[in-house]
Amino acid sequence: MRWLAEVHVRLRPGIADPEGQTIAGGLRALGYDTVAEVRAGKLLRLAFEAADRGTAEAALDEMCRRLLANPVMETADWELRAGDQDAEQRA
Amino acid sequence: MSRGPRVAVIVFPGTWSDRDFAHAASLLGWEARLVWHAETVLPDPDAVVLPGGFAHGDYLRTGAIARFSPAMRAVEAFAAAGGPVLGSCNGFQILTEAGILPGALLRNDHLEFRCEWQPLRVERAAGPWLGELHPGETIRLPISHGEGRYFADAAALDELERSARVVLRYADPAGTVNAAANPNGSLRSIAGIVNERGNVLGLMPHPERAMEDETGGSDGLRLLRSLDAWLVAQPAVAERRL
Repeated sequence: MRWLAEVHVRLRPGIADPEGQTIAGGLRALGYDTVAEVRAGKLLRLAFEAADRGTAEAALDEMCRRLLANPVMETADWELRAGDQDAEQRA
Repeated sequence: MSRGPRVAVIVFPGTWSDRDFAHAASLLGWEARLVWHAETVLPDPDAVVLPGGFAHGDYLRTGAIARFSPAMRAVEAFAAAGGPVLGSCNGFQILTEAGILPGALLRNDHLEFRCEWQPLRVERAAGPWLGELHPGETIRLPISHGEGRYFADAAALDELERSARVVLRYADPAGTVNAAANPNGSLRSIAGIVNERGNVLGLMPHPERAMEDETGGSDGLRLLRSLDAWLVAQPAVAERRL
C-alpha cells in the first residue's frame, strides 16, 4: 500500500545557522522585534509503497540514516500516514 | 621511472575543476585520466583526485548524492588500500559525506560565496600531498566556495588535533591564524585535514588553480608535486612502473 511521509531535517542544536539568523534579522527589520530565533531546515515529502506500517517506518528510518540527513550535523524526524489512493485516482 | 604518475580525476555531473586538474597534470608531467562517475573500475591509477564543482547540483547536501556514485566504491577501496586520494572543495565535501574523512562542510557563516586568494598556514608536511611543503610556512591558494565551514563535534576536533591531522588552516598573510583571516567560519580555522593513515587529503582550497606565477601563484604546483617523490618512495609502485 501507499504511504505518505513528511521528513523534517534540522541542523543539530548548537550548530550555527547563518541562514536562520539572516531570516530572523529580516523579520526584525519588518518590525517583528519579538522574534528571538529562527532555525532553517528542510521539509521533504515522500510517497512510497510498503506492505504495512512497520515496514514503512523501517524504510523511512533507513532512508533518513543513509541519505536524507547527515548525522554529523543534522537530525531527521518524520510523520507517516497511509496514502489515500482512491482520492489520488479521483484527482 | 618510465612514466609520470597516472591520476584518475573523477568527473560527476556538475564537476567543474576536472579540466583544471588535467591542465595541472600536464604541467606536472602526469597522465590525467578523466573518469566518469558511473564507471565502476578505475584505470589502475597511482592517485585519485575528486575535483571541485557542484556534483549532482549539490542537492540535498553538498556531496550527498555524489558519494553514492558507482565510481566512489572504487575510490573508497583505493583509499582503504592506502592509495593517495585528494579531494578539493566539492571533493572534500564528498569525502566527508562518504565518511572517508570526519566532519562536514556547512554554509559559510556570512552566507557569501567567496572566490579569492587565501593564505594558509601549513601545520603538517608529510604524506603524498604535502611532503614538499614545510611545517609553519604560509602558502597562498584560491578558495571558491559557498559551503566551506568545517564542522565536527568537539571530541572529533580534539582527536584531529591530537593526531596532527589538521594540515592546513586559514591564516592572514603573515601566517597568523585568527578569526579575521577565517573566510567561512570553519571551526579552529580548519582548511584541510587528512585521514588517519595520511593518504587521503581533503581541503577546501584549489591547488589546481595555483600552478603558474603568471596567473597569481604556484603554491598549488608545489603541493601537488609532493606526489612524485612520495610515489618514488613506495617500492610497490615504483616496481609496477618499470
